[in-house]
Amino acid sequence: MCGIVGLFLKDKSLEPQLGALLSEMLVTMTDRGPDSAGIAIYGGGTKGHAKVTIQSANPDADFKGLDAELGKKIGAKVSSTVKSTHAVLDVPTEKVAEARAALSELRPNVRVMGAGEAIEIYKEVGLPVEVVKRFDVTKMSGSHGIGHTRMATESAVTTLGAHPFSTGPDQCLVHNGSLSNHNNLRRELIRDGMRFETENDTEVAAAYLSSKIAHGQNLGEALESSLNDLDGFFTFVVGTKNGFGVVRDPISCKPAVMAETDQYVAFGSEYRALANLPGIEDAKVWEPEPSTVYFWEH
Amino acid sequence: MHSTNLATAPLHQANYTPKTFDLSKITLREFNQALHNVKDAAGESNWEVLNPKGSHAVAVGAEHAISIDVQGSVGYYCGGMNQNSTITVHGSAGPGVGENMMSGAIIVKGDASQYAGATGRGGLLVIEGNASSRCGISMKGINIVVRGNIGHMSAFMAQSGNLVVLGDAGDALGDSIYEARLFVRGSVKSLGADCIKKEMRPEHIAILKDLLDRAGITDVKPEEFSRYGSARTLYNFNIDNADAY
Repeated sequence: MCGIVGLFLKDKSLEPQLGALLSEMLVTMTDRGPDSAGIAIYGGGTKGHAKVTIQSANPDADFKGLDAELGKKIGAKVSSTVKSTHAVLDVPTEKVAEARAALSELRPNVRVMGAGEAIEIYKEVGLPVEVVKRFDVTKMSGSHGIGHTRMATESAVTTLGAHPFSTGPDQCLVHNGSLSNHNNLRRELIRDGMRFETENDTEVAAAYLSSKIAHGQNLGEALESSLNDLDGFFTFVVGTKNGFGVVRDPISCKPAVMAETDQYVAFGSEYRALANLPGIEDAKVWEPEPSTVYFWEH
Repeated sequence: MHSTNLATAPLHQANYTPKTFDLSKITLREFNQALHNVKDAAGESNWEVLNPKGSHAVAVGAEHAISIDVQGSVGYYCGGMNQNSTITVHGSAGPGVGENMMSGAIIVKGDASQYAGATGRGGLLVIEGNASSRCGISMKGINIVVRGNIGHMSAFMAQSGNLVVLGDAGDALGDSIYEARLFVRGSVKSLGADCIKKEMRPEHIAILKDLLDRAGITDVKPEEFSRYGSARTLYNFNIDNADAY
């Protein structure tokens, strides 16, 4: 199983409620996957500043003084906001690569969850309700976000095995299903210069899309390509800085429901996830077609 | 609709069950238990379910001729294994609506997700919107009428019964079909293995007319449909295909 939710706001007045709405959607999907949960939220952000979301099993020791040490090492102002096992580092956008390299030296046990001008990613082992509370997600505002609750099949139940997976700037992906050609594809992507943190099939799908985008495709084109190159079951929901996309494999046995109003586009593994959204009674509700790319952009 | 479902029983007060079940106030299990506690349909003719909000297994396992109106959309397996009752979903239905239903009727006012009416043995399933993939998969005697379109792999391994589609059918319709009849008014994207277009004879027009009448559909004519069914070439092993195994 696994449960996926996504919410892309068209109406700015809903932005302060994004975290609360997405949290409720995700908690509703708890019984589709109790192993781990994660959420990616796009919002805030200042031009020229990137947010690097990091995670540590030892946050007290690892995060203490990190902003000053990192700032000194890369020669820029770095500030940090700590939330439980995660911290969001504010670094100049052009220094992200340098900061990631410096981080691996300064704090080898710290993992980078994702980076970009808009994205923040929080994910942990545990139920959605615990994960949402731990990171205070209900108070977050933003323009769009995606969430996932996992029933693990292809790799271990760990923080790094939780979704969303982020393999490119401001990109992330959640997945319901399982891929059967991920090992082969991972080897090809490694030859192409992609780096992997896990044995997880979904990370391969995320890296595949990032690689296509790095080679000049837009997200819509990359999703089209995935239909030819990925073998297995998948319903994907992906986020970019300004966009939100959905694609399902040709068999489409993994469930998906979408809803659209003047205020938002919403995705849920089941209608239950959408049932409490504002104005859902009058929304256009439909099941996304197999092998069809759906994509919205701000 | 089956005449049994249109029978009206005299209404008298039943003090052990309310007629309206609000799922925002009681649990789904309490509602389904009340349904299973009914010993016969006398005095139980009309029930209403409020705030289903996509719940799974709403009104599964009904046995008696009760009319149940579900006000809103439901999740997985609504009306599964239904016998005798008439369930109307005033919204859309999730995967597996009417799965393995035996008799009675289920009417979905909106759309239905994948495998609607799967393995159904009897009764009538009417979907007034579109049905998704695998509609009527492995159907075994159920009648399914879809006003809109159906998705890919519908009627896969369908054994008996009738699937009537006023709109279009997706890819691989009737793959590995046995003796079910498929009537499609619109286009068929592709036919599955061993499924072929067949002649519409007077007896098929009669069957279709009866089904459309029972589904309350009056704006289309049986003559507008094409019939599809099994070419029966997969029924017996063909020695010429031995190399394929």
